[in-house]
Amino acid sequence: MMLYLQLFYEFFKAGLFAVGGGMATLPFLYNISDKAGWFTYGQLADMIAISESTPGPIGVNMATYVGFTTGGIPGAVIATLGLITPSIIIILIIAGFLKAFKDSKYVQNAFYGLRPASTGLIAAAGLSVVALVLFRKELYEATGNLLDLINLQNAALMAVLYFFTARFKKTKGLHPVAFIAASAVIGILFRFAGV
Amino acid sequence: MNKFLDLFLTFARIGGLTFGGGYAMLPILQREVVEKRGWATEEELMDYYAIGQCTPGIIAVNTATFIGQKTGGIMGGIIATLGVVFPSLIIISVIAAFIQNFADLAVVQNAFAGIRVCVCVLIFNAVVKLWKKSVVDKRTLVIFLLITAGSVLTDLSPILFVIAAGAVGILLKNKEVQAK
Repeated sequence: MMLYLQLFYEFFKAGLFAVGGGMATLPFLYNISDKAGWFTYGQLADMIAISESTPGPIGVNMATYVGFTTGGIPGAVIATLGLITPSIIIILIIAGFLKAFKDSKYVQNAFYGLRPASTGLIAAAGLSVVALVLFRKELYEATGNLLDLINLQNAALMAVLYFFTARFKKTKGLHPVAFIAASAVIGILFRFAGV
Repeated sequence: MNKFLDLFLTFARIGGLTFGGGYAMLPILQREVVEKRGWATEEELMDYYAIGQCTPGIIAVNTATFIGQKTGGIMGGIIATLGVVFPSLIIISVIAAFIQNFADLAVVQNAFAGIRVCVCVLIFNAVVKLWKKSVVDKRTLVIFLLITAGSVLTDLSPILFVIAAGAVGILLKNKEVQAK
């Protein structure tokens, strides 16, 4: 019982103080490892790898994984609930305010500036993933060969996917999952990870 | 269908189809929530992302709570959020229990290397859609460029950017009114 309470409390704290994406919860997970000793840094690294290679938001996946490792299925449920409880409370309060003030000139004017900013933040996050997918900085640094810098395989798939998702009329209305599934198959067939 | 059940199932599907963080969820949200169900507009999605950046908690969860609340009140917010985390609970528990070396499997690594490329393209398309709704004049273009550059080039917290952009929005619009 104590263990579950403690799990809930630790993840409630992570949910309350981690601002930003799922990766913002990482320092809290290291802290839990230090304090409670439920898992080692090595195990945590494995959990992060698995959270990144399974469907679902990474932050939620990590909470579930740590919870499961620590306290089985009840642990997984309790850690996840702990993580999302602060969000639910805070967002419900903000949503209430937004509803009340949605006709306010100040709120509308603030959103006039916020929307391009929001788009910019998402674009920046997208760019960092694109850079990761397109460039092989480590290989380039190792070989010094400029041809090694760009991952041509990924670049080619990117161009093909762009054509079918945004340009080609017959396919661009398809559900995103169709493209995700196709990319997974292509990744496996052509050994995109090189293993 | 019962509205709450619909919210739960829709967000469970969104959670199960998200590969990556809250940003990877955006293309799926646009399709399921904006285009298919009309529960929110592109503009509202942007607002929720902006607010989700500066409030505690992970963005995917914050956005689910927002849309759920808008569609079905407090209960809706809770149910949508439970829906979005549901697939994670099942999938991760199964993997943690049975497949210890999941992330090391060649087939998983190759599949995800392919998926990662796809997520890039989907996010790009999603940003283009948002861009059309948010970058409406020269001033919003400047805000967009400054925030994108600032976010790529510096380690400053997104909270700062969001607060500054909101303040600039208010100032610009106030000036506009005075000029008239």
